Amino acid sequence: MNCKEVINLMDGYLDSELDPVTSQTVEHHLRECPNCDQAYNAHGSLMRAIASSSPYHRAPAGLRERIQSSLREEIGERTTRSVVPDAQPLFPRRLAEARIIRWDTSWNWLALAAAIIFAAIITFNLVPRLRPGSDQLLATQLIAGHVRSLMANHLTDVASSDQHTVKPWLDTKLDFAPAVPDLSSKGFPLIGGRLDYLDNRPVAALIYQRRKHFVNLFVWPVESNAAKATKTISRQGYHLLHWADTDFSYWAVSDVSADDLQTLKQGFEEQTQPHPH
Amino acid sequence: MAAPLKAEYPSVSEDFDSSAKIVKFVALKKHREEDAAQGQELASFETLMLPHLDAAHNLARWLLRNEQDAQDVVQEAYLRAFRSFGGFHGGNGRAWLLTIVRNTSYTLLKKNRAADFTTFDEEIHAPSDESVSPATTLEHSEDAELIKEAINELPAEFREILVLRHQEGLSYKEIADIAQIPPGTVMSRLARARGKLKEYLAARIGKEK
Repeated sequence: MNCKEVINLMDGYLDSELDPVTSQTVEHHLRECPNCDQAYNAHGSLMRAIASSSPYHRAPAGLRERIQSSLREEIGERTTRSVVPDAQPLFPRRLAEARIIRWDTSWNWLALAAAIIFAAIITFNLVPRLRPGSDQLLATQLIAGHVRSLMANHLTDVASSDQHTVKPWLDTKLDFAPAVPDLSSKGFPLIGGRLDYLDNRPVAALIYQRRKHFVNLFVWPVESNAAKATKTISRQGYHLLHWADTDFSYWAVSDVSADDLQTLKQGFEEQTQPHPH
Repeated sequence: MAAPLKAEYPSVSEDFDSSAKIVKFVALKKHREEDAAQGQELASFETLMLPHLDAAHNLARWLLRNEQDAQDVVQEAYLRAFRSFGGFHGGNGRAWLLTIVRNTSYTLLKKNRAADFTTFDEEIHAPSDESVSPATTLEHSEDAELIKEAINELPAEFREILVLRHQEGLSYKEIADIAQIPPGTVMSRLARARGKLKEYLAARIGKEK
């Protein structure tokens, strides 16, 4: 690979979007070629500057409400459009049918019962769209917990990037004491902690930031017979990563990529492994 | 069954009366069911899409470079998204919504500012001072205001790709879907966007000196 080719691939290399073989070839060239290496460093700094210095325009207060009310108006419009016009012509036709069928008052009750069953079927089919295994059910709860934390301005109960503030706070509120490592070095600065309620028990939620996004790491004591395998679930644009150690069960939930969550897990495990001495 | 006599010889008026009640009841029930179904649909739409409001606003704000337009576009995009929500079959909700926000933004951009689509003017933005070292460029590029101005100088297609990559952290594949370009062009477009940004920064710093 010559310098020109390497420079052409530089963006993909820095974005970690090259296939492993090409990526290795570029890496090899950078070690050998000071000019390209310098270009690599300069381009990397530029990219970091874009990421860290470009302002993120969060939605202003009031926009959410504006959207919600326009959506409700939309529903109102649809209702008037579809129900009122066909309710009228429907009336005489159904009336004639009804007169033929109805020879016993008990039809009233049959119709009522049928309507109730019909409604029940509709609700049943609409509401639990996933009739889940316990993991799926838990995943739903975890995503809901994550979404709620971002929606209601209630991301943290204790907002601090200092693990020595967050951990004691959690310890006083829970009947277990999870590790609270700072993962800034892995690109996941600690934002704070929160209490949540999941799977019928109070749990700790540690909040980490990744670029402009947030990761909720839910922690609770592991059940002795629970499976310890690592699991990943993707749903609705959220990624969930589960792992467990001897004491705790962990679920990381976020809209960052699954790879990012793996990085978080690695960082977490490196920092929480007992030191040999 | 409770009143067999009555049932065998129903009076017409009574029959009319109660069948009207049934029909009304059925119509009302249908109405309520539709309401309930719509309420359900709205609730699930909001749960899936409102968490991405910041991302939607941020993209629209960068594309339109105007707060009022951005808010209007985001509101319109949410309406469009809700209308086509039946076509959303799970998957990445953020990318799906951002695609709609992007298309809505471009509709407005095309309408309002044909100028925004002129190609990048190499003359104006060529580095004015070749002697500015990369190190100086970087020193100044820490300045958020300067970076913001520089991005705002770029054409819409470059602003968009920088936002999607650096602020949303999306993969090339996701970016290709949202910007509706072949996955193979994402890297080269990003490279050109970053290159132009660097040139712009160098030009600005050159001028200040």
